[in-house]
Amino acid sequence: MADLRINLAGIKSPNPFWLASAPPTNSGYQVQRAFEAGWGGAVWKTLGDPILNVTSRFAAIGFNGQRVAGFNNIELITDRPLDVNLKEIYETKKKFPNHAIIASLMVEPKQEKWHEIVKRVEDVGVDGLELNFGCPHGMAERGMGSASGQVPALVERQTYWAKEVAKTPVIVKLTPNITDITATAEAACNGGADAISMINTINSLMGVDLDSWNTIPHVAGKGAHGGYCGPAVKPIALNMVAECARHPHINVPISGIGGISNWRDAVEFMLMGATGVQVCTAAMHHGFRIVEDMIDGLNNYLDSKGIAAVSDIIGKSVPKYSDWGNLDLNHNIVAKINPDVCINCNKCHIACEDTSHQCIDMLTDVNGKSYLKVREEDCVGCNLCSIVCPVDGAIDMIEAPRELAPMTWNDRQTALSVAVECKADVAK
Amino acid sequence: MAIEKMQRISLSNLERNFQEVEPGLTNQEAVEESNRCLYCYDAPCIKACPTGIDIPTFIKKIASGNFLGSAKTIMSSNPVGASCARVCPTEELCEGACVLNASTKPIMIGNLQRYATDWAIQNEQTLFKPGESNGQTVAVIGGGPAGLSAARELARFGYDVTIFEGAEKAGGLNTYGIVSFRLPQKISYWEVEQVEKMNVKIRTNTMVGRDISAEEITNNFDRVVLAVGMAHVPNLGIEGENLDGVFDAIEFVKATKDGELSYDYQGKRVVVIGAGNTAIDGATCSVRLGAENVKILYRRTEEEMTAYDFEYEFAKQDGVEFRWLTAPKRIIGDENGKVTGIECIKMELGEPEKDGRPRPVAIEGSEHVLAVDAVIKAIGQTRYVNLIEQFGLTHEGGVVKVDKDTLKTSNPKIFACGDVIFGKGKGDAMVVTAAQQGKDVAYAIHQQFTVVGTA
Repeated sequence: MADLRINLAGIKSPNPFWLASAPPTNSGYQVQRAFEAGWGGAVWKTLGDPILNVTSRFAAIGFNGQRVAGFNNIELITDRPLDVNLKEIYETKKKFPNHAIIASLMVEPKQEKWHEIVKRVEDVGVDGLELNFGCPHGMAERGMGSASGQVPALVERQTYWAKEVAKTPVIVKLTPNITDITATAEAACNGGADAISMINTINSLMGVDLDSWNTIPHVAGKGAHGGYCGPAVKPIALNMVAECARHPHINVPISGIGGISNWRDAVEFMLMGATGVQVCTAAMHHGFRIVEDMIDGLNNYLDSKGIAAVSDIIGKSVPKYSDWGNLDLNHNIVAKINPDVCINCNKCHIACEDTSHQCIDMLTDVNGKSYLKVREEDCVGCNLCSIVCPVDGAIDMIEAPRELAPMTWNDRQTALSVAVECKADVAK
Repeated sequence: MAIEKMQRISLSNLERNFQEVEPGLTNQEAVEESNRCLYCYDAPCIKACPTGIDIPTFIKKIASGNFLGSAKTIMSSNPVGASCARVCPTEELCEGACVLNASTKPIMIGNLQRYATDWAIQNEQTLFKPGESNGQTVAVIGGGPAGLSAARELARFGYDVTIFEGAEKAGGLNTYGIVSFRLPQKISYWEVEQVEKMNVKIRTNTMVGRDISAEEITNNFDRVVLAVGMAHVPNLGIEGENLDGVFDAIEFVKATKDGELSYDYQGKRVVVIGAGNTAIDGATCSVRLGAENVKILYRRTEEEMTAYDFEYEFAKQDGVEFRWLTAPKRIIGDENGKVTGIECIKMELGEPEKDGRPRPVAIEGSEHVLAVDAVIKAIGQTRYVNLIEQFGLTHEGGVVKVDKDTLKTSNPKIFACGDVIFGKGKGDAMVVTAAQQGKDVAYAIHQQFTVVGTA
């Protein structure tokens, strides 16, 4: 049994799986059910001045018959009075002293507002604070959420205000609706953040109804953009976590969020630098009980790898993530089709023929049996065939004999500039 | 009521027994299944379909919600595609060729085809328009799958087509010959209606050779398509064949599709002679009419029987008993001429015959009598030899001789397709094959006119 405990900037939890600030953490009843199911922590649904919500709040897109590939919402922060939430946080923390409760906060960008709310929530015994600079809808129109989170100076200043009074660790939750998330991550660090979390939801319109031509979802015939999350956003979130993790000026722990649906996703985020993860859509799709497999799967994975503690994997893949200019131009892989496994659907052929490099031939052997073969000399190692192949093991991407020593684009440019200088010298 | 619902066969409500057995896919099942299709390139299922339906395309269209496009894709290649969705031996054709057989499980192509065509039926779609008239006339003799298919394709090319159909309704085997619980008549009627909407005239109750002469047709039309199929079941050639209670399986099945169901078979004992798909139909219809015991007698064994595996399974589930290596010797009747029994003799398999199947040889002294109330003959079908000869066509035992590429008969104006050219030992006589031959005939005829027209 591996040690699954984490310590994120001083916030301890029995495992790395937290519920993100969202509908699942709206009340003490829900958070207590979640802790009973095994969740290690919960970021309480964002507290602030109570708001009004609309009905018809969520929507999802499916893919090829699978439900909830992506999910969006136009629900705002908590619509319950602050004192009710605080009372329930107090009671929940008392019942579950070893689980992490983090209060998500969103107030107007005013110093006194931040001071007031930080003090009030810390009084009821939260383990940490998460500043919500991320929600892209509704609150942003009032200058909060992602409207704050898109301006590095505002991120820094508000973090600083929170930190002025905070006694518990402060996590800054960042919006992905920005060109370069490391800019706001760095601003949070400069404001004194103890940790950062990402990503919040992405601006999205889920769809348009083909019969009514209404937006999906719509509120009495009108729609507004919502926040996108769920499995479809995972690659975007993973990149943002990794970019922050490898950034030289961002040196605080990261809480990874975005499309994490199972233990495998969690391992990927942690390898890419997250100290723990937050989950929402998967719980909304399946209920709190899915955490059981997350914990069990993670534990079995660590045991099978002989890793004693989950904290040992944090950031282990970060050194493998770099810039394109540092990739070896002379690395050479080619596709190889295994005729014994191939079922002859010919998808690799048509994908390569129409949209890649025309190097997979449809052939017939002496017995009249069809087979597919890669002309390796023409294969550029793009992976497309192995991506579209529906059968595991039918196409391998194999390393071809290397013809040239490793050289990156950056190496090459450096070499060329040296050569130019030499020529210049010769010319002199 | 609840108990009765759970029973496979109802004795009080025979109509229920003849409702279609297989439920269609629900919308969600169809979406899930269609999304499972790999959308192969140069897909083997297309090659395995005798009519060459572009299966990955019609399935993709179900997945995208383009049901009209899906139904058109199917029906364009197969004018009786709604029937074929139900009666094709898919595991031997498209589904048998599905590449997923090699990895997981094949796509339910037949069920998806049914889903798309059912959509078109329920939404009262007209799928195709007749081509611009080219002034040529074609007579199609027989409104079964082959005839309908030829007529539909010819109409698309702009021919003025008249179908001559002896029965009250067109559709042939699909309307009258395939049991209702596999293929309800309304499906066949819809296919007929689609052909009629192409301005094809269908003259029902018009038997060529009786109501109109072969000569008149040959003289009055530019081309003739002979698609009359096969005729009744031949005689067994044994004593007692004319007794009351001896039936032709084709007629027997037809009676269950046409009009009121008979309650006369309740509690009766029935034997069916033969073990092809029609024998299975006769047996399962008997069960569904309330017969107490139904036996199939076959002079060879399970190995040689020609019924499809799924039909065999279905019959066994219906409680049909099989008596292998058993041949009828004599049908026994009472003083009123009603069947009371059948004398049988046990057989053993001897040397292979011409068609490769072992010759059954009677075991002397193994005679025994089964007490029965009805005997259904299902030992194949006879041929419309007279009609073929009235058209003056070369034939071999009632199988019209045709050029294998053009399906042209010995008379260059006359083409033939479907069961009328189906020779013994040539695999299965399938609806889908007949449909393709109908198309082939249409293309061959059109070829003749276009070549002449453009030369």
